[in-house]
Amino acid sequence: MKTGAKTLIEALQREGVDTIFGYPGGVVLPIYDELYDSSIRHILVRHEQAAAHAADGYARASGRVGVCLATSGPGACNLVTGIATAYMDSIPVVALTGQVPTGLLGNDAFQESDITGITMPVTKHNYLVKDAADLDRVVQEAFYIARTGRPGPVLIDLPKDVSTGQVLEGTPVPGTVSLRGYQPTYQGHVRQIDKALDLIAGAERPLVYAGGGVVLSEASAELLEFVETAAVPVTTTLMGLGAVPGDHPLNLGMLGMHGTQSANYAVTECDLLIAVGVRFDDRVTGKIETFAPNAAVIHIDIDPAEIGKNKKVDVPIVGDVKAVLQALLRRMQKRGDTANWVARTGAWKAQYPLRYRDDDRLRPQYVVEQLSDLLKGEGIVVSEVGQNQMWTALYYCFRKPRTWITSGGLGTMGYGFPAAIGAHYARPDMPVVDVAGDGSFQMNIQELGTVAQYQIPVKVVILNNMYLGMVRQWQELFYDRRYSYTELPPVDFVKIANAYRIEGITVEEKAGVREALETALATDGPFVLDFRVEREENVFPMVPAGAAINEMIGVRQP
Amino acid sequence: MKPHTVSVLVENRAGVLSRVAGMFSRRGFNIESLAVGPCEEPNMSRITIVVNGDDGVIEQVMKQTNKLIDVIKVSDLTERESVERELALIKVAAETGPSRAEILQIADIFRAQVVDVGSKTLVLQVTGDTEKIDALEKLLRQYGIKELVRTGKIALLRGAKTVKSSK
Ligand SMILES: Cc1ncc(C[n+]2csc(CCOP(=O)(O)OP(=O)(O)O)c2C)c(N)n1
Repeated sequence: MKTGAKTLIEALQREGVDTIFGYPGGVVLPIYDELYDSSIRHILVRHEQAAAHAADGYARASGRVGVCLATSGPGACNLVTGIATAYMDSIPVVALTGQVPTGLLGNDAFQESDITGITMPVTKHNYLVKDAADLDRVVQEAFYIARTGRPGPVLIDLPKDVSTGQVLEGTPVPGTVSLRGYQPTYQGHVRQIDKALDLIAGAERPLVYAGGGVVLSEASAELLEFVETAAVPVTTTLMGLGAVPGDHPLNLGMLGMHGTQSANYAVTECDLLIAVGVRFDDRVTGKIETFAPNAAVIHIDIDPAEIGKNKKVDVPIVGDVKAVLQALLRRMQKRGDTANWVARTGAWKAQYPLRYRDDDRLRPQYVVEQLSDLLKGEGIVVSEVGQNQMWTALYYCFRKPRTWITSGGLGTMGYGFPAAIGAHYARPDMPVVDVAGDGSFQMNIQELGTVAQYQIPVKVVILNNMYLGMVRQWQELFYDRRYSYTELPPVDFVKIANAYRIEGITVEEKAGVREALETALATDGPFVLDFRVEREENVFPMVPAGAAINEMIGVRQP
Repeated sequence: MKPHTVSVLVENRAGVLSRVAGMFSRRGFNIESLAVGPCEEPNMSRITIVVNGDDGVIEQVMKQTNKLIDVIKVSDLTERESVERELALIKVAAETGPSRAEILQIADIFRAQVVDVGSKTLVLQVTGDTEKIDALEKLLRQYGIKELVRTGKIALLRGAKTVKSSK
C-alpha cells in the first residue's frame, strides 16, 4: 500500500513535472512530506497568487504544463486570480489544492472553501477527488485536458483524507485518456480549406491577423511560410507578438487599441482577413461594426465556440492552427496578386513609424528600446500591466515565440514578476526581464523574497512614473486631467531590494540607462532597476474606447 | 428571438448541472425552463433546456455547452420533429357547488387528472405542451389558483432518430 500523496507525486512525475510552485498549509502536509524527498523541485513563493502566475509563466515559456500547489481555504482562494489569468490566455496549468477531509466537506470546517465551485468559471475543468484510488486517472486526465485542444487551467482539489488514504501498490495506470465528452478537432475540414484557398487566390488586399493561438500551437514557422508564400502582410495581437519576427518586412506590428497605424489602416482597408488563432477581442477590434468592414473573413481556431462569437465569419476552419496552416500550404496552388497592397502597407509602415519625443529626458520608450537593443531577441521579456506593457509591446522587437509573456486577456497587475520566476525555471538558459510599472510591481513585490532565497536571476526594470500610469492617461485624455487616486508616492525600490539582499540601481537620467541595463544583465543573481521616467508620458497611438480602430489619437494624420 | 429546445446529454456526475447552469447564467443566456433526470444509459443524464435568443445566441449556446468536458452531446430540437411535454400540478380553489363541477368539466376537456380532492381545493395533474398548460392555467385562474408547479419541458425526437453520444 502507498499513500494518496505518494500516488499523486508519482502521477505528477509520470507527467514529466520537474518544478512545482507552491505554499504549504495544514491539509497539504501529507503532500509536502512526500515532496521532501522527491525529485520534484518545489519553489516556495511568498503568496499563492504568485505560485499560480509562476506556473503560468513556466507554461508560456516552455510550452509545457505549469503546476502550482496551495493549501485549502485561503491558500486555494489566493490562486484564483492566477488561474483566471491563465484561463483568459488559454495557458495550460494544473493547480493542486488541499481540501478539508471528505467527512467535513460542506460543514464550513476550518479553512474550507468550495474551490471547485469558485473556480468553475475560470478553469477549463476541475476535479474534487473523493477517493485516493481515482488519483492516477484524475491527474492523467487533468494534464491531458490542460494541454490539448484549446489549452487552459485545470484544478484538482485534494481532501486531506485522500492524500493520507491508501492506494494498492501496483494498481495499473490507465494507458490513454478517453473522455467521450471531449474530443478536440485538430485537422481542418478539407472543403473549408479549399474555400479559404479560393478566397486567398482572389484577394487583392489580404491581411493575416495572428494571435496567441499561433504561439500555443507552435505554428510560427508555418505562419511565416504561409505569409511569405502567399505574399500577405501580417499583423499580430498583443498575445501574438513574437509569432512572426518583429523586423520582418511583411510584419505591420500589433493592431488594436494601441496598434500601429499601418496595422490598423491595413485592417480597415483589407478585402480578406485571415484570422489565425485569435478571438476578436474588443481591445483589438474597437467598434466591431467597423472592424475590417470590407473584408471576407477566414477564421482558423481550435475552439469552435470562438468562431462567429464576435464577428461574422465567411469561412470557418476549426482545427489546430499548425495543422491547418500546413494543409493550406500543401494545397495552395495560386496566390493573389498582392504586389500593390504589399507596397501600400509597406509605405504606411515607413510613413508612420512609432515615435516619441527623443530628447534628453528619461523616457520609458527609450528604456525599452535600449533593452531591445541589448537583448536582441535572445531573452524572455515579461511585462506587468499598464503603460509599461504597451511600451514593451511596441518598442521591443520580439523575434521568436515564447519570448514575450504578458497577461493579455485578464490584464492582471502583479502578474509579471512571478511569471518571470516561472519563465526562469522553464528556460534557465535565457535571461529573463520583467518590465514593470511602479504600481504593478507593488502588487507582488513580496516575491523579492523568493528570488532572493533561490537566487533567481530575474531582472526587474521598473518604469517608475509614480502614477498608475495607464489609468492616469485615461484621466488625462477623457476625464479632464482629474487624477483621482492614481498618484503614487515615491518609493525607494532599491532600498527595498537591498533589504532582501538584492542589488539595484536607481536611474534618473537618460545617460545612465544603457549602463544600468548592462550591469543588471551582467549580474548573476536578481537585480532591480528603478528608472525614474517622465511622469506624464502617454502611450500612443491610441484608439479611444468605442471608436473604429483607424480613428487613432496621438498620431500624424494621413 | 424565439424559444429553442436544447437537449443536452451529460455525464451523470456531481456538479454537472451546476457547470451547465452556471455557464448559461455567466454568459447571459436566457433560460426559460430546465429539466433534468436520468436517461436510458446508466452513467448519463439528459438535460432539456428551453432558451431564448436569436440565431447568433443559440449558436453560442450550443457551442459553449458543447465545450464543457462533461457534456457528451448537444442538440437543438427546435427545427426538428420532436415530442415535447411538460407536467403541471395545479391546486385550485373549489368550494362545493357549481364551480367545482365547472372545474371538473374543464379538467375533463384538457384530459387533466384529479389527483387530490380536498373540501375546498382540487389538485389537477396535466401534461402537454407549454401552450396547453398555459391555456388551462388561464381558465382556472378565475376560480383561484392556490399553488402551481411545472416541471419544465422535456423533449425527444420523433421516429427512430436519437440524440446519442459521440459528439
Ligand atoms: C489587479 C489589477 N487592478 C487594477 C487594474 C487596472 N489598471 C490597469 S493599468 C493600471 C495602472 C498600472 O500602473 P503601473 O503598474 O504603475 O503601470 P504604468 O501604467 O504606470 O506603466 C491599473 C490600475 C488592473 N489591470 N489589474
